[in-house]
Amino acid sequence: MSILTQLAGALSSGSVQVIDLTHTLDPDFPVIILPPEFGQCARFRMEEISAYDHRGPAWKWHNISMSEHTGTHFDAPSHWISGRDLPSNSVDAIKPADFIGPVVVLDCVEATENDEDFELSRADIEEWEKAHGKIPEHSWVLMRTDWSKRSGAEYLNMREDGPHSPGPSAEAIRFLIDERGIRGFGTETVGTDGGQAAHATPPYPAHYFLHGAGRYGLQCLANLDKLPATGAVLFAAPLKIKDGTGSPLRVLAMVESA
Amino acid sequence: MTEALFPPPKKNPQKRSIKPTRPPEVRSRASLGLTAAAAEGRFALQQCTHCSAWQYPPRDACVNCLSTDLEWNEIAAEGTLIAETTVQTSPRLYYRERMPWRMGTVQLDAGPVILAHLHEDVAEKSRVRMIARLDRAGQGVLVAMPVEDTPLMEDASLMRELTADPKHRRILITDARASNAPAIAKSLFDAGAATVFAGEAEAWRPYPARSELENLGVDIMPLDVTDTLSVQTLAGEIGGKTDILVNNAQFVRPGGAMSRNDTGFARDEIEVNYLGMMRLAQAFGPAMNSRTSDGINSAAAWVNILYVGALANTAGFGAFAASQAAAYSLSQCLRAEFRDSGLRVMNLFTGPTEDDWFQLLPPPKVLPQAIARELVKGLQAGLEDVWCGDIAKDVRERFRRDPKVLERELTFGSEGP
Amino acid sequence: MALPASYEGVVLAAPFSTTYQRYSIDTAHFWIAKALKGSLDAAGIRKDELDGFSVSSFTLFPDTAVGLTQHLGLSPAWLDHIPMGGASAGVAVRRAARAVQAGDANIIACVAGDTNHIDSFRQLLSSFSRFAMDASYPYGYGGPNANFALLTDRYMTEYGAIREDFGKICVSQRDNALKNPNAVMKKPLTLDQYLNARPIADPIALFDCVMPCAGSECFFVMREEEAERRGIPYARLSAAIERHNAHREDPIQLRGGWTVDIERLWEMARCSPQDIDVLQTYDDYPVIVMMQFEDLGFCEKGTAPEFVRNHDLTITGDFPHNTSGGQLSAGQAGAAGGFIGLVEALRQVTGQAGGTQVKAARKALVSGFGMINYDRGLCSSAVILESGVQA
Repeated sequence: MSILTQLAGALSSGSVQVIDLTHTLDPDFPVIILPPEFGQCARFRMEEISAYDHRGPAWKWHNISMSEHTGTHFDAPSHWISGRDLPSNSVDAIKPADFIGPVVVLDCVEATENDEDFELSRADIEEWEKAHGKIPEHSWVLMRTDWSKRSGAEYLNMREDGPHSPGPSAEAIRFLIDERGIRGFGTETVGTDGGQAAHATPPYPAHYFLHGAGRYGLQCLANLDKLPATGAVLFAAPLKIKDGTGSPLRVLAMVESA
Repeated sequence: MTEALFPPPKKNPQKRSIKPTRPPEVRSRASLGLTAAAAEGRFALQQCTHCSAWQYPPRDACVNCLSTDLEWNEIAAEGTLIAETTVQTSPRLYYRERMPWRMGTVQLDAGPVILAHLHEDVAEKSRVRMIARLDRAGQGVLVAMPVEDTPLMEDASLMRELTADPKHRRILITDARASNAPAIAKSLFDAGAATVFAGEAEAWRPYPARSELENLGVDIMPLDVTDTLSVQTLAGEIGGKTDILVNNAQFVRPGGAMSRNDTGFARDEIEVNYLGMMRLAQAFGPAMNSRTSDGINSAAAWVNILYVGALANTAGFGAFAASQAAAYSLSQCLRAEFRDSGLRVMNLFTGPTEDDWFQLLPPPKVLPQAIARELVKGLQAGLEDVWCGDIAKDVRERFRRDPKVLERELTFGSEGP
Repeated sequence: MALPASYEGVVLAAPFSTTYQRYSIDTAHFWIAKALKGSLDAAGIRKDELDGFSVSSFTLFPDTAVGLTQHLGLSPAWLDHIPMGGASAGVAVRRAARAVQAGDANIIACVAGDTNHIDSFRQLLSSFSRFAMDASYPYGYGGPNANFALLTDRYMTEYGAIREDFGKICVSQRDNALKNPNAVMKKPLTLDQYLNARPIADPIALFDCVMPCAGSECFFVMREEEAERRGIPYARLSAAIERHNAHREDPIQLRGGWTVDIERLWEMARCSPQDIDVLQTYDDYPVIVMMQFEDLGFCEKGTAPEFVRNHDLTITGDFPHNTSGGQLSAGQAGAAGGFIGLVEALRQVTGQAGGTQVKAARKALVSGFGMINYDRGLCSSAVILESGVQA
């Protein structure tokens, strides 16, 4: 039996399960907030074209609008200035094989409970590797914080001095890129960087280093608690937008049942 | 003397809501000058530019010298009630439903004889003071009032027909986040509003005025005027008890067409300022339209807060002004669509407001308290156009004088070498 | 001002009134044709012999007198359309008389008629006049009821009239109407009923108001030789006046346009109020009747209430007035309301009034009043008729 036939059998028997890591696109889902004089990320919006009525008697459909970076979304290297001159740096140019690959999940739930501004360090990653083995090259690395279980004002956690949410340190990201050769980095928060990352050096280090190295980002993920630390396969294929810097997408993971 | 109006009892759910009817709307073109003055609460009559004779009813030629140059001027409002009647029967449904109706003949000290509505506190054959108001057909009418204000005169059923007084009404302010929201809510409560709702977009984003609104007793409800579903959802919830809608949602950024690199802010301006009004109208309009004869807390008015650049573009805020022109035009469309029910559309025009976006403009700037005060006064007088602050009044005067000259005044270039 | 040329040689003949009807499904054309035929038959004149035609009507739309000529198969050499409501009979007579005198026409039929559909009155109000539309109807939409209520209120304040005075006029006219088979009102009216009637626009109550109805009225104007040659009873036209928008400086109407021209009327007719045997006033509301008593010279300004108290206004009384019942009791058939008094006066002085006939009535005064354009009636007219040949 071929691998794919085996996989199809496993999917139908349930021994391989598909986990949805995506938030519903909802007009009220938070987006990143920048100082108001900057351009802003558009919220998801949906307008009826017709609903089995005088505008179209037998069909219902909507026009939708949003940013490339609204909801659960994918960041391409061209999203950041550090990746702007790379080849194949936009969503339409990335080779499709990059959209499917192994995924490891770093559990930072406890650390985040203790510190909303928790910063994932190189040491944390090395500690994780002691338990789960070295992160395989070309893996997606997802930072699990259970942040996706927050809603409303708790999600952005915006205060007078800006948002407060966990993210990786510059050192941790560089380690993952330079020494582990990861494919990309994903979070449950609104960005791959922590809420206070504007004050880091460089600002927004995850964005800066990931995209500068031609790697990808995933944000606003959900259901990371349903994934094993290792062994799952992630499907994350953005829309094929010409010169697109990112895209909302459906992120799925295949997990073998215990 | 007028008896106090009390909050209405809860509505009998078995009773059909009264369908709106209207007084006659048809008028001569000349007569619309009265409506134009009443829309701003001004009592004006035609005067001959040649012989200065006052005219009433409105004419196309001077009754004294046949000059056709007549202009609308404010005139001394005092007069004497020389005859009166209480109409007990009328073939017109609107009046039939509101019988008895008091009206009378007033001779103005300045000469003209006016048939007018009579306030109930006017004594027989007494001295009166005339005011102009818009009736439920949206046309200017003249009302004889007591010379001295009487207590509770605004509670008279006649005045409830001719105004959109917030007293005992339930009012939705569409943007709780706007810096003017607390001041508007406070003024409305001070004017006797029964309930003030405030629409809050993006509850996941904190803002300082929220606690202020809560302390005032405002009911904060989710509402994002850029999100159709959100607007529909709130309308489903409170559309049937929104008596006055104050649309204070406004997106403003500096810049014109070329001084911006993209259409991003322009889209936001159109989404909030123009399409937002349209979404609100589509969701709240039908219920408000059907409730304009619904007793003491009937639906009464729709208020837009507009930037005076709607009349002529102000280059520094050129793209924003364009969105305001669109909103202004849409407000006129709403007036037409609300005409049949008698729901009023009041536009409150301001100059630059005292906030972050107009920081670099010199004073005078309009404070939230001024907006709130003028808004309530406008509703109490049933106005259609309120000019709030010196700049708005100035632009209005220039616009009336010559719109082209105003355009040129507002679009000066730099002097160059 | 010099007196106008005499109307000598001009006569009125062939009075005809249709039976009035509260509501009609027929048109103004129908009602006008009925009255015209009535007068033609009464005078034994063929339709083709008419060479002049004068029409008053509110409900002919979209037609005018012009359309009626084709509708009724007339070919007049002289045509008039008189939109003056209650003053139209006097105005029609003045114009027709001069046309006949000058030889522009030989026999002129003056006809007024209107229908009254269920919704006619409301529709008539809605397009009555520009000033009413702009400045009167928006204020309670009481129509003429409200206008006359204001005049009545002021008249009462100014001259001390009380409701009983107006009531006496209405009650007397009802008494007269009971003798007129064409009248809409068939039941007697008591002063108590008048005083306790449903209020319409204070101080006006139900019996102060005319009853709008359908009906028509017609008479002919010709030279005396023409009437003699045909052997038709006729009356001479002694004098006639009209006036429009008089006293515009008066803040409220307490007098009509008659006061401007009344001396010329009496002078032209070479008689005085004491010589009048029967008076027909325009009576859409009793207050205007009182004003006519004063303005035509039957009593001093402000004394009409007392005059009414001191006289019997019925057919057999010392001051026979509105002998057909007038509009208040016969009904107001639109523009025919402007003709009812003249046609009745013509019957009276030609001895053709039947049950309403005043004994030895030789001189009659008919006055008309019409068109509340804004706050007052603008048109006034008056005509004095004198017996020529009686039936």
